[in-house]
Amino acid sequence: MKTLSRFYIFLIFLFLYAPIFVLIIFSFNDSATMSRSVWSGFSMKWYSKLFQDRMLLEALRNTLVIALIASVVSTVLGTSAAIGINAMNRWMKRVVMNITNFPMVNPEIVTGVSLMLLFVFAARGMGNASLGMISLILAHITFCLPYVILSVMPKLRQMDPHLYEAAQDLGCNPVSALFKVVLPEIMPGVITGMIMAFTLSIDDFVISYFTSGTTQTLPIFIYSMTRKRISPEINALSTLLFGTIMVLLLIINFRNNKENKAEIAGEEEMGR
Amino acid sequence: MKKKLLSLFTVMLLLMTSFPVSARAEEASSEAPAVPKTGVTINVYNWGEYISNGVDDTIDVNKEFTKRTGIEVNYTTFDSNESLYSKLASGGASYDVIIPSDYMISKLKDEGLIQKIDFQNVPNFQYIDEEFRNQEYDKTNEYSVPYTWGVVGIFYNKKYVKEKVDSWKILWDEKYAGKILMFDNPRDAFGIAQKLLGYSFNSTNPSEWEEAASLLKKQKPLVQAYVMDQIFDKMANGEAWLAPYYAGDAATLVKDNPDIGFAIPTKEGTNFFVDAMCIPTSAQHKKEAEAYINFLCEPEIAAANMDYIGYSTPESAAKKLLPEEVVNDPIRYPDQSILDRSEAFVNLPDDNNMLLDTLWAEVKMGGPGQTAMLVAVLAGFLAVYIGIVIYKKVKAKRELQ
Repeated sequence: MKTLSRFYIFLIFLFLYAPIFVLIIFSFNDSATMSRSVWSGFSMKWYSKLFQDRMLLEALRNTLVIALIASVVSTVLGTSAAIGINAMNRWMKRVVMNITNFPMVNPEIVTGVSLMLLFVFAARGMGNASLGMISLILAHITFCLPYVILSVMPKLRQMDPHLYEAAQDLGCNPVSALFKVVLPEIMPGVITGMIMAFTLSIDDFVISYFTSGTTQTLPIFIYSMTRKRISPEINALSTLLFGTIMVLLLIINFRNNKENKAEIAGEEEMGR
Repeated sequence: MKKKLLSLFTVMLLLMTSFPVSARAEEASSEAPAVPKTGVTINVYNWGEYISNGVDDTIDVNKEFTKRTGIEVNYTTFDSNESLYSKLASGGASYDVIIPSDYMISKLKDEGLIQKIDFQNVPNFQYIDEEFRNQEYDKTNEYSVPYTWGVVGIFYNKKYVKEKVDSWKILWDEKYAGKILMFDNPRDAFGIAQKLLGYSFNSTNPSEWEEAASLLKKQKPLVQAYVMDQIFDKMANGEAWLAPYYAGDAATLVKDNPDIGFAIPTKEGTNFFVDAMCIPTSAQHKKEAEAYINFLCEPEIAAANMDYIGYSTPESAAKKLLPEEVVNDPIRYPDQSILDRSEAFVNLPDDNNMLLDTLWAEVKMGGPGQTAMLVAVLAGFLAVYIGIVIYKKVKAKRELQ
């Protein structure tokens, strides 16, 4: 039984990670035909090409700038909205939550087209301005918002509502009570929401495709390569992104462990 | 927690800021710009991987343009004529230079989405060879300047395909069942069937299109997949033996795989295509756009681009700058006799386009038989769902009792 369950786990991880490993391996492929399936020796040439390719780097930069701004703004907006929703009465809460959840189940293509129509309409009003960075950021904030609200809400529900009152009893004004008591309490939810918004924004294709105007993000850039061929530079870039995120996650986890241990040690000392 | 967040974002910030800095350092190291910046940025929309981009000591064409004229270029890319069209038609993005293919140019022209080019500002048009001017899609040559051209041919694996490849018929040969690839776009796929039947690509006769569709349906059981760029991999590793594709891409595939050959079907003739530069009606910097088009027509720049893309140039002057073996390559620069037998796409009337779309959907979906199957599957799911709901209701009732 144990071997069977191990085998099952192995299979799950295989299916999850095999594509990524293939991608990483072929980013080191030394092939002149840009082949993605015939191995012809080890080389770092796609990595050096990657850093010479101005267009690709620009697309990457656009993507990261948009993801960063969109995730920060949607986290701020979403967290404050969640706190507000949490304070509503039961019936209102249910209605508002349903409204905010609706964009998540709405097909992306509908969101994309409707946002594009709205932006084009607005741009016409502003003297035929071209869609671009600003419309992209607005669109990304829009579709990230519900996810942030959704990940903050449970934390707020878990929180003891008397904590806030206690803080005010002990001399906090409402603002400092919010920052000193409520926010630290719901921080894990806020961070999850922000990270989720960030990754959603980085790999969004459909909505960006419709609202991008004359700005190009990385997914659109990669998709446009499909008439000729997707260059292994993309493999190299994906490998670097994967590596960066992996390292970041490892660092966060290690620090978490350390903090936890420190806390436990501190509590033990207090106990003595 | 806050610290974590902070560290995450400092890393992100570092990552982001490092790009522009390295780009600036590069600019500073090359020679100072010959012309001061004009402050104008033109939006260029081109096919993906369709310009020399400065990797591996090639010319970075856009940067060079900025250096010589002081005009900045915002260069973006598309994957198909159709997505270019939807972007232009939906509004919201104003481009100054676009590079669509032949039939799309005539469509854009008919719909008033592109404007006449002032050829006074494009003196380098003189380099464009006579046979590439006044094409069917732009008869008086007022709207477009050719950028690249090519023909469609068949890739085949010499190990398995021993016979002579000179007809589209080979794509219907049952010997190669399961080893044949086919275009994943309607015009190109139907074009092959139309040539085999002896019809024009630009036929407006619905029955001819339907005949072509039934021919494609007949071919479907033999086809391994309908693909575009995947043909490079599938051909290179021997997964597929026969595939029609653009001659310009042959160069890269044939050069490094001695087993792979490329042939232009001479029996029925083939498709001759041109990608040409145009200026949309909504362009905001027409003068600068013309300067850009003029720049791309400069033989040295055209040669650099062709070297990168692999397609053929419409300029004899640029050909002189390309390596001998490329210019004498019968794949890239086929005989005039082949070109005489080939035909270019022009835009079809709207109802014809609709017919083409439905027929293509039928070919790919596989006719009414599979629709019935789909309905059956959906009905099955629905039945299971209703069953579960009823079961739960009954169970709940029983528990209540």
